[in-house]
This record gives sequence, structure tokens and C-alpha cells, in this order.
Amino acid sequence: MTETRPRSRKSPYPLWFFIPAAIIYGVLFLVPTVSSLWFSLTRWDLSTAEFIGFENFQQFFSEPFLVKGLVNTLIYAVATSGLKTVCGLLLAVLLTGNIFARGFLRTLVFFPVLVSTIGIGITFTVMMHPTRGIINVTLEALGIPGPGWLTNPALALFSVALVDVWKGVGLATLIFIAGLAAISPDYYEAARIDGATRLQQFFRITLPLVRPATLVVVTLSLIGGLRSFDLIWAMTRGGPGFSSDVIASVIYKQYQAGFYGLSTAGNVILFALIAVIILPITLWFNRREVEE
Amino acid sequence: MRSVRPYVTGAIALAVAAMIFVMPFVFVALQAVKSKSEASRLDFELPGQWLFWDNLTAVFKARDYQLVLAYFNSTLITVVSVTILLLLSAMVGYVMQRRRTVWNKVASVALFMGLMMPPAVVPTIGLLQEIGLFKTMTGMILIQVAYNLSFSILLYRSFISTIPRDLDEAALIDGAKPRQIFFRVILPLLKPVTVTNIVVQSIAIFNDFTNPLYYLPGKENVTVQLTLYNFQSMYTSQYNLLFMNILLVTIPPLIVFIFFNRQIVAGMTSGAVKG
Repeated sequence: MTETRPRSRKSPYPLWFFIPAAIIYGVLFLVPTVSSLWFSLTRWDLSTAEFIGFENFQQFFSEPFLVKGLVNTLIYAVATSGLKTVCGLLLAVLLTGNIFARGFLRTLVFFPVLVSTIGIGITFTVMMHPTRGIINVTLEALGIPGPGWLTNPALALFSVALVDVWKGVGLATLIFIAGLAAISPDYYEAARIDGATRLQQFFRITLPLVRPATLVVVTLSLIGGLRSFDLIWAMTRGGPGFSSDVIASVIYKQYQAGFYGLSTAGNVILFALIAVIILPITLWFNRREVEE
Repeated sequence: MRSVRPYVTGAIALAVAAMIFVMPFVFVALQAVKSKSEASRLDFELPGQWLFWDNLTAVFKARDYQLVLAYFNSTLITVVSVTILLLLSAMVGYVMQRRRTVWNKVASVALFMGLMMPPAVVPTIGLLQEIGLFKTMTGMILIQVAYNLSFSILLYRSFISTIPRDLDEAALIDGAKPRQIFFRVILPLLKPVTVTNIVVQSIAIFNDFTNPLYYLPGKENVTVQLTLYNFQSMYTSQYNLLFMNILLVTIPPLIVFIFFNRQIVAGMTSGAVKG
């Protein structure tokens, strides 16, 4: 470690292996990320940037529809993450149990994860058509008047969130299956001998022991939900009105409109939001891991 | 009685799963082979006449064979960026796992940021314009490499921790240069995780919509996902062609999935659990 000692032998692990990746990552990811902090404080047309202080942020927070995008982002992230966690865990318990066609069912649940988000968005937009869509046609046949899934401003965001859960629950299930596999069957055997019911086993054994997987699922789906853009864009373009706009779609709209400074301010707000929500969860999780 | 139960729950689960997870795909396939007027009813009826080939050729011919160009572009971006990704992330993962230096801390923080943070799009566009890579395939490929490096490195690093160091030392004693240890000894041993990486990343990059939308505008640069997006507004009266296009876009991941099911599952879980 001392600098005066001549290096007797070169390490067999060359540090230059870092360099190509570091250049690409540094130039194309880190530089824009850091410079966004500056550009968010400017009026910017991509060639000249005029410093205007916090005006972009002021504008962002004084426009009701932009604030709505911020609120929607939170609602969307919490809703999708919560549903993915609950449904994923239940599916995983079902699909690790003794059940016919288990492998096939796992495959079925997982497949939508791999399919084009835009394709799924378009398909569900059509299926959610207020009068002709098969969802409402089916509901009507059952005597239930179907809502305007994507045309009702109060509902549009949640409809998209449901499709997001449909598409993403397979990954959550997969992570939970891996988590469940790590629980020793001895616990269940002991519980059975003590006369614990299935429900008791789930709440007293499964739920506490699957916590690492739960945290992974919650964190991943929260990050995904906060950043979510393509599904929302394919299904509603943020509409009707601004009712399903999220920060990512606001960023795109402001970019399209040529408000580059404002768009970048949206990005900075998204960074802050993710950091504020995800960092504490991760730190807490890592601390627990060290303790164990 | 006991032995019947798995079948009963299984059958119920299958029926529900079929409703929820299969029906949308059947719907896509059905609309794709219908005539224009039948498809516009958006119902679940079987087609009066099966127009698979007609619709297929119509979609391919649309806008001067735009879909063919899109498949070419998407494939090129996917293949080249995945190749670069694999090489660079194996190198980083290897040194990060084996050698303790201050740079590891820096790399770990960068990795963590890459997994979490969305890219700052407009500054990236500005930068790409500055270095002349905006609206170019090269630019798009490098962007995909930059954005997916973190996850790839994560997979490689955890896999390399399972390869004993004795191997490196044996090679060293045999007189191998550091470069040779990596390329001749380690890299071939990474095959399982490399396959996982190829599958997971190529699906992610092939399906990517947002980044080409921002960084690769222009008719000559279309990717498969962008054609879908363009066709959405173009074909509102021709649902049969729109759904044929969706069907075609779904097929490549389906093929990959059929062949590499196990690797995808392994990759998704190990990456996710470590991340």
C-alpha cells in the first residue's frame, strides 16, 4: 500500500478493463445526468442556454397539470407496485404448491413480461374500447354496465396501471418463487406438527421469511412505476385531458414542445423523487443484510 | 380424495390463467387474420375468411416496406449493442470481483445509479448532437450499451464470484499474461451467464420504445417498436393490419422465449435479487 514500495509484480487484473465501459457510461449517462442539474436552471434551445434560476421549477409547480403529473406518478407507482407485490406473492405461493400443470402456468404468467409494451398497450386499448371492446361487451352480457376504462378521466390512470400489473406481475412472481424456494421445508413441517392452519403458516412463516424477495419486488416495481412511460404513452398519451399524465410523459411533451429547460427540470424532479423514495428503502435493506 | 386436489386447483388455475393471460394473445392473433370490416367489430368471432397471407404482405408492403427496414434496424441495434455489452461488462465484472481498488467503490455507485436513475433525455440529445451521433445507429447502439451496462455487470460480477481464483493463479504460473487469463481462461467459463445476458438484454433492447423515440427519429431510422407506434395512428380503421403488426413484433421474443426459457428465468431472478 505504501507508495515508496516498488511494485514487485503487476496485478493480473488490469484496471484498464474498466476504461471502455467507463468512457461509454460516463459520456452518455453520467455527463448528461450531471449537466441536467445545470440545464434545468436555464432557458435552453439546445444551442444557447440562458440562466434563469429556479424559474423552470417555479413554473412546474405553479402549473396545475404539471403538478397533477407529479401526483399521478406517485399514485401510479404505489398502485402498480402494491398490486404486483400482493398478486405476485399469491401467484408464487400457488405456483410453488402441489398443483397440476405448474410449469406451464409459470410460463403463462411470465410470458407478458417479454412482450413489447407498445403491442400490449395497443391491444388493451382496443379491448378497453367503451362500447365495442370485449371487456365491456363481456361485462354487458353479464348485466354489468362497463365503465369507459380509458375515456373516463377518473379511471384512465388506474386502467393503465392494471395493464401494467398484468404485464409485470410475472417478474414479481418469479422473484417470489425464488424467495419461497429458499425457505426450509422444516419450518412448515414443525408448524404442521404444532397444528398450525394453512393461513397461520402463511402469515407466521411464509410472509416473514420471504421478506428479502418482497423488498426486491417492491423496490423494482416502484422504480419501474416512477419511470413508467411507454405503456401510458401507447394507451392514453396522458389523456383524457391531463388525467393520466405522469412525469415521464410530461418530460416528453415539454421536449416535443421545445421547452428543453422545463423538460430537463422534469427530469431533475424525477431524479429527486426516485432518490427520496428508493434510497431509504435500499439503505434499510442493506443494513439488515449486514446484520444478518 | 387427497390426490385429486392438485388437479382440481390446477384446472381452476389453468382456466383463470387462460382467461387472463392467454385471451389477449388469442385476440391479437384472431384480429390479425380477419378482413378489414370483420376486424373493425373488435369481437371474438372466428374470421369468415382467413386472410393471414394477405394481411401479412399488406403489413410488410406498407409505407414502402417500412417494416422490413425496421426489422433490419432493430436487429442491427440489438446484435451490435448486445455484443459490445457482453464484452465490456464481463471485463468490468471480472476486475470488480477480483481486484480490490478504490475504483470499485466508484464503480459500485455508478452501477447503482444506472440501475435506478432514468436518463436525462434532453441533455443527452444535446450531447449526441454535439458529437454528431444524434439520429445515427452508432449513437443508438452506444446509448443502449450505456443504459444496460449496470444490469449486465451485475450478472457477470455475481457469476464470476463462483469461479475459483486458483484458476487465475494457475494460469499466471503457467506464464499467461493478464489479458490472456481473461480472454483464454475466464471468458470461456462465463458461457452460462453470457447466454442469460444475451437473452435478457436482446429482449430488452429489441422491445425498447422510449430510447429510439428520443434518440433515433426519422423515417430511415425506424425500429420495430416505432413502426407499431406509427401504425397505431395510421391504421385506426384497419385493425387487421395493426394486429398483424403486433403479432409480428411479438414473434421474435416468443421464439427466444421458447428456446431460452430457463436462462431468462435464471437471469431475471439472479439479477433482480442481487440488485
